[in-house]
This record gives sequence, structure tokens and C-alpha cells, in this order.
Amino acid sequence: MLNSIPTDWLYGLGGGLLIGLGGAVFLLGNGRIMGASGIVGGLVDGSGKSNMAERLAFLAGVFLLPVLLYPMFSDVDTHATTNIAVLIAAGLCVGVGTRLANGCTSGHGVCGISRLSLRGIVATVFYIMAGGLTVVLFRHLLGVI
Amino acid sequence: MTRILLALIAGGLFGAGLFISGMTDTSKVQGWLDVFGNWDPTLAFVMGGAIIPMAIAWILTNGRKPVVGGEFPSPPEPKLGRNLVLGSILFGIGWGLAGLCPGPAIASLSYGGWPHWVFFTAMLAGMVLAPMARAQLDSAVPAE
Repeated sequence: MLNSIPTDWLYGLGGGLLIGLGGAVFLLGNGRIMGASGIVGGLVDGSGKSNMAERLAFLAGVFLLPVLLYPMFSDVDTHATTNIAVLIAAGLCVGVGTRLANGCTSGHGVCGISRLSLRGIVATVFYIMAGGLTVVLFRHLLGVI
Repeated sequence: MTRILLALIAGGLFGAGLFISGMTDTSKVQGWLDVFGNWDPTLAFVMGGAIIPMAIAWILTNGRKPVVGGEFPSPPEPKLGRNLVLGSILFGIGWGLAGLCPGPAIASLSYGGWPHWVFFTAMLAGMVLAPMARAQLDSAVPAE
């Protein structure tokens, strides 16, 4: 039966379990919600001064594990656009948007939905809808991405 | 020290999961969002896989304390609000444009090449500007 399921889906499920396990360790161990935008944002806007070391250690883990895993996988490609204007606009939107909404895919998505937080569910519905419309508009109508 | 070590382990699991799941591949994320194109359901498997251990973890918080002490986060606020909706829409636009969100943006820095550094730098700039954007919004139309 496993043969009929695309490998990408199995890697997705396995990777997803690791993501959730990371969130579980951060919650049960440190009592914190694993939200990537909040952890980074607190460092750059100064609101996270009191637990800077914890934030930096978490981010070091996020950065370093792919460094270790990368040589074990062949043809890893992120297919990122090389359009600088798109990259800058996208980065700004993600930066301002996630901080305004107080969360992103990990905080609102993974950690919020898993405890049936209304805010997490509503945020996820809105960013997926906005993302879907953006892809339709910029890929199929304008041909930019 | 335990706190720092656990944060490193949690971050490592998160980074490994993002890498293995394919979520640092922008074409998979944009493929998920592209319902009118060649739709890619991988992201749903990632979300589903991540929510299972996380839901168990939330249940385990009942009647316990975090390993390093202190308190667990308070129950989620039921209040939605304008900033949540506007912020999420703005985030979704950026997510759709580049196929990157904050976690994968960091996980892919070491091997994604220069476009990832451009996105990451712009994202940090956006995060620095966010408190100003929030203040502007609040002065224009005060949140209830």
C-alpha cells in the first residue's frame, strides 16, 4: 500500500511529525509556544530581551540541522525566485504581517490549531486564502512568479 | 542551562522537520496554494503530521508544570481583532509571492543561495517596522 503513496507525502508526514515533536519539546520543556515569527521578531524589535539566549539557541537548531542533513540528500533545490523585487516585497509582507498577527504557520498553524485556538484557526484560514489568491493573481494572471 | 539545551533540541527538531518535509522548497508551498494549477497536497501531510504530537503535548500540559519550571502559556484568547486578520492577510500575500514563511526561511539559509538571504533580510526589516505599522493602524482606526 505504501508504494501507491507519493514519496513526497511520506516525507511530508515524517517531517511534520518532527516539527510537532519540536513544538512538544519546547512546550513541555520550556513552557513556550514554538512560533518562528515570534521567536525571531522578539530578537529584532527588542521585545524578547529577557530570554534572548533561549531564542538564539532555538534558532541555532533550526539553522544547523539542515546544514547536517543537506549532504545526506541528493538534488535538494528550493526553487526560490531570483526576482529581487518579489523577494523583498514578500519578505516585508511576511515580516510585518506575522508580527501584526502575532504568529505564522508554526505559532498560529501548528501550535494554535492543535489546541483548537480560534485565533490560530482564523489566522490560518486568512493566510492560506490570501496566499492562494496571490498565487492565482501573480502566477496565472500576471505571470510574475 | 537545561532551558538553552531544550531550546536547541526543539529548534533542531523543527529545522530537521522543515528540511525533510520539503517545506523549504518554495515550489511545494506555492504548489499547495496553487489550487487552479498543479495542486500539491504535501503541505497538508506536514500540517497533519505536526499537529498530532503537538495536540498530545497540549493534553499533557494539564495538571503539570514545564520541565524547567514556570507556567504553561495561558489558554488562547477568544478575541480575534483587526490586527490578526490584516496581519494574516499580509503574511499570506508574502507567503504566496515567495513560497517562504519564517521557519523555512531560516532553515534554508545555509543551502538556498542568495535569494533566501534577500528574503530573510527583508523579513527582518519588516519585523523591525511592524511595531510602527501597528501604531499607525491603531492611531488611524483604534482597535476596539
